[in-house]
Amino acid sequence: MIVGERKPIEEILEMTKQYEKLYVAGCGSCVTVCLAGGEKEVGILSTALNIAAKKDGRELKIIEGTIERQCEKEWVREMKNQVKESDAVLSMACGIGVQVVAELYPEKPVFPALNTTLMGYPTQHAIWLENCRACGDCILHLTGGICPVSRCAKQLMNGPCGGSQNGKCEIDPEIECAWALIYDKLKATNRLDWMSEIQPPKRWDLAGSGGPRKTIKEEEVIA
Amino acid sequence: MASEAVMVSATEAKGTAQFEPRIVAFCCNFCAYAAADLAGSMRLNYPPNARVIRLPCSGKVEILYLLRAIEDGADGVMVIGCLEGDCHFMNGNFRAKKRVAAAKKLLDKVGVESARLEMYNLSSAMAPKFADVIKEMTEKIRKLGPSPLRKGVAK
Repeated sequence: MIVGERKPIEEILEMTKQYEKLYVAGCGSCVTVCLAGGEKEVGILSTALNIAAKKDGRELKIIEGTIERQCEKEWVREMKNQVKESDAVLSMACGIGVQVVAELYPEKPVFPALNTTLMGYPTQHAIWLENCRACGDCILHLTGGICPVSRCAKQLMNGPCGGSQNGKCEIDPEIECAWALIYDKLKATNRLDWMSEIQPPKRWDLAGSGGPRKTIKEEEVIA
Repeated sequence: MASEAVMVSATEAKGTAQFEPRIVAFCCNFCAYAAADLAGSMRLNYPPNARVIRLPCSGKVEILYLLRAIEDGADGVMVIGCLEGDCHFMNGNFRAKKRVAAAKKLLDKVGVESARLEMYNLSSAMAPKFADVIKEMTEKIRKLGPSPLRKGVAK
């Protein structure tokens, strides 16, 4: 999933302080699951903003709302009444959601309440580990289901490097060496010989260096 | 908060003109709530400033509850859970401790003294301690004065 975390409250206060009617919009998908921008977090942020406003004697009216997904226009259209009623939208979605809202309501200032941090999964409740960089050319079939693009600090395709120490990465003893994990997995599945295959240079042109990438599923496109 | 209005006006009517803190106390059913009950049976005196809200465990407390209490005009908020290591649900009080710490940080950043929010730990047998912590919090909040959100309330 896409993982985010709320920006420092000072930063949010600074960007929204001139507005009297705010629509604090949560997103019911990834950021709800990663405890950053769902209904509960909308409540907490709105209350914090209200406390700050009351304390400073500022007028502030907050509309709270959480839609299913802010990354799809069909859902974002559902918030049109709340957007209309407010001076600005404070989106608690990932960067994608913020941009869709901004695009759909061109006359309305839209602000991000979160920093989108990574794509990953929870290793335990409330701790998320990055394990995909959307490089556009998946090699997990070669690497035992462990991604060296996101999990190796050097993004090596032919690892490990000399800094792999007792299964940990030299940049931080807390970080597991992706290539040590790859070795273990290939060994456990009788594929260790794959380690000695030299991988050719990866197609980094698919990884996003040429402006925004676009994915098209031709047969499903409605003309 | 009609009861607040009644209480505050009652003290003001007596001419004491002393600021009476409004405190919301989130109490775990298995310790603080039972301790409050025992305190009553023991006829212990403690200030009437705390409004008790019973929770099934202090771990039920959400950051949102704590902030909403402040937003709605509480001068102080307490979370009272079981002694560390004695939670009926194993670690609910540790979860509460973390949430209280997070809410305190948030309060400081939005301009409300984090000292208005505190967590205490006691057992169901500790009725005198319950009375003590209510007294302690009431006096602490009395010194801090009314919440900065309650404009126009004199110290």
